[in-house]
Amino acid sequence: MNIRHLLSASDLDRRDATAVLDTATEMAAMARREVKKLPTLRGKTVVNLFYEDSTRTRISFEAAAKRLSADVINFSAKGSSVSKGESLKDTALTLQAMGADAVVIRHPASGAPHRLAHWIDGTVLNAGDGTHEHPTQALLDAYTMRSRHGRIEGLKVAIVGDVLHSRVARSNVHLLHTLGAHVTLVAPPTLIPVGVTGWPVDVGYDLDAVLPGADVVMMLRVQRERMTDSFFPSEREYARRYGLDADRVRAMPSHAIVMHPGPMNRGMEIAPEVADSARSTIVEQVANGVSVRMAVLYLLLGGVK
Amino acid sequence: MSSYLIRGAAVVGGEPTDLLLRDGIVAEAGRGLSAKGAEVVDADGLVALPGLVDLHTHLREPGREDAETVDSGSRAAALGGYTAVCAMANTSPVADTAGVVEQVWRLGREAGLVDVQPIGAVTVGLAGERLAELGAMADSAARVRIFSDDGNCVADPRLMRRALEYVKAFDGVIAQHAEEPRLTEGAQMHEGIESARLGLPGWPAVAEEAIIARDVLLAEHVGARLHVCHVSAAGSVEILRWAKRRERLTGRPSKVTAEVTPHHLLLTDDRAAGYDPVFKVNPPLRTAEDVAALRAGLVEGVIDAVATDHAPHAVQDKECEWGYARPGMLGLETALSIVVDALLDDLGWDGIADRMSRAPARIAGLADHGHDPAKGRPANLTLIDPSATWTVEPTALASRSRNTPYAGFTLRSRVVATFLHGQPTVLDGKVLR
Repeated sequence: MNIRHLLSASDLDRRDATAVLDTATEMAAMARREVKKLPTLRGKTVVNLFYEDSTRTRISFEAAAKRLSADVINFSAKGSSVSKGESLKDTALTLQAMGADAVVIRHPASGAPHRLAHWIDGTVLNAGDGTHEHPTQALLDAYTMRSRHGRIEGLKVAIVGDVLHSRVARSNVHLLHTLGAHVTLVAPPTLIPVGVTGWPVDVGYDLDAVLPGADVVMMLRVQRERMTDSFFPSEREYARRYGLDADRVRAMPSHAIVMHPGPMNRGMEIAPEVADSARSTIVEQVANGVSVRMAVLYLLLGGVK
Repeated sequence: MSSYLIRGAAVVGGEPTDLLLRDGIVAEAGRGLSAKGAEVVDADGLVALPGLVDLHTHLREPGREDAETVDSGSRAAALGGYTAVCAMANTSPVADTAGVVEQVWRLGREAGLVDVQPIGAVTVGLAGERLAELGAMADSAARVRIFSDDGNCVADPRLMRRALEYVKAFDGVIAQHAEEPRLTEGAQMHEGIESARLGLPGWPAVAEEAIIARDVLLAEHVGARLHVCHVSAAGSVEILRWAKRRERLTGRPSKVTAEVTPHHLLLTDDRAAGYDPVFKVNPPLRTAEDVAALRAGLVEGVIDAVATDHAPHAVQDKECEWGYARPGMLGLETALSIVVDALLDDLGWDGIADRMSRAPARIAGLADHGHDPAKGRPANLTLIDPSATWTVEPTALASRSRNTPYAGFTLRSRVVATFLHGQPTVLDGKVLR
């Protein structure tokens, strides 16, 4: 790949994105072997720099780096000099001095990975920044869609929920557009950005109208705090209008799958029986996350292809 | 005090004229002047403008002397061609008492490079709850006439009405930072296509437009003056156009004035793409349509003046995540070049003199400023080389801060000299102190 960092899913053109998914397939095959380890990144140092709690994403990156034989340093903002007020720039210079080859950053401020990339020589991987993007989540979602449907081109994907605040939605819109899928965003109008007119998507407010034509239904987490800020009147009203329950699943085509990036609010955006059904790919997504992150680290740090 | 003979300056872009500056005024103006003992300044090819007047400068003193002082800001102003700046009230402590405004006024006199006219806060501590002692500031040595809570909006409509009414007693004006705070909680940039893509909370134009519309009606109701700070949106220009047309219909002179910053005349919200907070400013950079409307409004006179909103910030307040950075940009040393670049063809030198000197001097009530260089007028003027180009280098600026959005820009026209009360503050492009 010609890119040095992965800051946004829009950094990937179709060829790069396809290379990640193909490589992830090979990585997944390797994970089924007895020795789940490749020597590719031996001697390389990967730092997980997490300013937000996200056990799931951190562990996924950690497992990916270790399976490629990299040295992994976990740098959590809690209990570190960061909580004493050290700036991102000073943290960056510290990591630079330590010789980090790659920094995986999770940060509550949109654009923090861009700033980090400005200050260090190594590769920066965005593991979720504020309400901006989460590109490896989009890659693992695409990988999951491809493994279930055999293709991405031409798929009809409905992304349902708090699009306004969702980094998962932004990355998915970019990547799915790049890969030729057709995306429809479904949410109450308060949770769709005013600037959505610039996105290559359709927008709908009626979930029931969209479900019968969907190949993939991706539910986004809706934080309960949004209710107190009047994005919607109540949790129950949200669940009634935009929650995916068993009745709504019956309106979907039989081949359609249900996705969720986790963590879920069971009973709010997704009913428990739907989350646990055979159509749900939620657990698969987690497993695929390791393969996809291995592929990204391999392609960005391994200097191959 | 020395006298100066400026040879061959194109006064407001007109024919080459000699100007003899003596005792703080233009003693003679004409061709082939000679004066014994006067120092000669060759102004062949230079344009003489009335000294520029800035309605909106943050000098940061007292409180944030690491970012700017009255002295360093005065140097920046002189280098930018300014002879008067109005210093905003959001210092620490806030300029909400006669004591603080007199301190700023005195510091300005000590620096001696530009007339520093303090602006007083409208409300105590800029908190928007009760009026500061506006009369005491007006009666102080600083003779405050502009009052502003800039940085904050006087959002309470009842308090705004009272402020507009109260300052009529001493021909004061409220300079409103138009931003409905409930619509901009947590806002980081213009709300539109770019904010949606970048995942940054949006600052909708309507938050500005709604306050301007309200204040125009309030000011008309109580017959008071209103000045609108840093207009940023096309819709705001439309409302101001309506307001001015409306006052023409009522037969009363327009009491609503407005300013626009150089950066809103040039830059757009796509600059946020790299998340470099040097482009974070309040109100935010908007779209190309807004820029076009602001330019048209300034040319038409719907917007009366260019004001810099010069807002220095220490390095650590800008070298960080976008969301944690302070909003604001340097402006004093680049304003004239930006306006020349953007609008010389539309405004001409006369229009630039009006929007950057005469109109702001009139709004601020600065009697010694805003006069074209002519016999008998105060000798506050600046000489511009319209054919020069220069490249903006942040560390070379006189400001203590470096947060210019124009780093690396090559701009045309350069300030060669500035005279304040007949004495040079800048010669050969260098500040004299």
